[in-house]
Amino acid sequence: MSLTGEVRVDLDGFTLAVALRIEAGSTTAVVGPNGAGKTTLVRALAGLRALSAGRITLGGTVLDEPATGIYLPPERRPVGVVFQDNLLFPHLDALDNVAFGLRARGRRRPEARAIAAEWLDRVGLADRHRARPHELSGGQAQRVALARALAPDPALLLLDEPLAALDATTRSDVRRDLRHHLATFPGVRVLVTHDPVDAAVLADQVVVLDQGRIDQTGTPEEITAHPRSRWVAELVGTNLFTGTAASDGTVHLDGGGVLVVADAQRQGPVFAVVSPRAVSVHRTRPEGSARNAWPGRITAVEPVGDRLRVRVAGTPSVVAEVTAAAVREIGLTEDTNVWVAVKATEIDVYPG
Amino acid sequence: MGEPRRRRRAEGIPDRAPLVPVAFAVVAVLLFAVPLAGLVWRAPWSSAWEVLRSQPARNALRLSLVTSLSATAVALAFGVPLAWVQARVEYPGKRLVRALTTLPMVLPPVVGGVALLLALGRRGIVGRELDRIGVHLPFTTAGAIVAEAFVAMPFLVLTLEAAFRSADRRLEDAARTLGAGRFAVFRRVTLPLVTPSLVAGTVLCWARALGEFGATITFAGNLQGTTQTLPLFVYIKLEGSNPDSAIVLSLVLLVVSVAVLLALRDRWLTAR
Repeated sequence: MSLTGEVRVDLDGFTLAVALRIEAGSTTAVVGPNGAGKTTLVRALAGLRALSAGRITLGGTVLDEPATGIYLPPERRPVGVVFQDNLLFPHLDALDNVAFGLRARGRRRPEARAIAAEWLDRVGLADRHRARPHELSGGQAQRVALARALAPDPALLLLDEPLAALDATTRSDVRRDLRHHLATFPGVRVLVTHDPVDAAVLADQVVVLDQGRIDQTGTPEEITAHPRSRWVAELVGTNLFTGTAASDGTVHLDGGGVLVVADAQRQGPVFAVVSPRAVSVHRTRPEGSARNAWPGRITAVEPVGDRLRVRVAGTPSVVAEVTAAAVREIGLTEDTNVWVAVKATEIDVYPG
Repeated sequence: MGEPRRRRRAEGIPDRAPLVPVAFAVVAVLLFAVPLAGLVWRAPWSSAWEVLRSQPARNALRLSLVTSLSATAVALAFGVPLAWVQARVEYPGKRLVRALTTLPMVLPPVVGGVALLLALGRRGIVGRELDRIGVHLPFTTAGAIVAEAFVAMPFLVLTLEAAFRSADRRLEDAARTLGAGRFAVFRRVTLPLVTPSLVAGTVLCWARALGEFGATITFAGNLQGTTQTLPLFVYIKLEGSNPDSAIVLSLVLLVVSVAVLLALRDRWLTAR
């Protein structure tokens, strides 16, 4: 069974146009900046927004196809949705929230409650059956929301930023649980997220959306290794430049500046990627083997884990990641004039 | 320049209560309190029970309960859908409809009664047709119910419309993805979400219907046992032979009003 979608949704001044094919038993992460169309895609798949054109099928059943006038409303689709702010019904306790979908799909109350109770036990809330949503912590509420979406046994599970509203510690806990529950859910899984860690930990496949279009598709490893948009590069902390490669092993960057690269095979438009750890920062013009060195001014210094991320404005502007010791030694603070250097061999070039 | 500025700052510090507004506020409070105190003071407590047990008073009480509850039922049956449509459906002329359905709140009730009489009376545009099929509204209990609903329904509609508007629509989306159709969503999610406002609006509507005077007497008349509701009874008795029973029944209406206010205290007696 699989989900296929030729999704086209026209909104005021915005068009979402993507093609997807997702197999049961796999998780696809849809990532992208705000306004990329992620939520619109989820709503179209759930049936909360009708397609303008195209076709969505799930396991051979057509869910939406404007050309033939077929449109299954959300309540008739075998779909479960986990929403960002959990959207539990405030007037029902945890048990009845989970039982809601079973009741709506025709089960009798005792039976629905029995199944719901099992699901709550399974997500680790055996002692919270009678709690109202406002009595639950953020992590517990999101677990109830997951149980509620899974209880009616959907064929497609949509998760719209399920971890975004949680604090950092809770998020990693719920993420770990989510990974476990996704693995045991046999249907198609679609996860919308803006967090690269979610994508890396939870997804088999990543779809990068930008301005309503698919920018890139691949495994998390592929996307991280070869980010094609500035947005993804920002996320993984990579410096991404676009430019034109010449036969002499130089890349003339679109935003100004020239990089000497080791790979002189390619010519024409390219992406050049530089890991921030490969960028060194100096008070004076460095001497040595680095073939690329240019001056700039530090605009920001921010901690990333046990290292510091230093943003340097120059031609081009880059992000460097250096150790705290290095920062203390040479005194890197905002507005310091510095030199940055990158070895030619540290620059990855691939066709644009 | 320095002098006025200093004075302004001094005024900002509330070291003592400013006399002028407090004095006016006290007068305002007295305006409300004195008449009510007078009513309680003048009440013929010893004969109160007797008055309440007298046949005319019981008739008026019973009739008021019947008409006000019926008017509330009518308001619920038509007002809940109206509030929902106003909150959720976009259509041309919506503002006009809102103005129209709010008008009875500010319209003098007697004008409402005249209008009802002209439209639904024997010779009115609609009344003529109703008459032909054997439905008579003026000077009947049904007419009193219509008059009360006309005046009271806006209180329910406005309260409920605001609630429908502020209910989180995404919860309804969530319910639909869980397999609930439109009506099931309304019944099992939307209605529970607006229940506090539904209760408040209903109580408010009922209280207004119970106290209705102008539209009722104009449209339905003042027939004992048929259209003479409590307020009409009070008015007639005060003018006539038995002011004591007017006072006692006024007290009954006052008690009901206080009870309504207490029931809705979370809504109105708590400053937000």
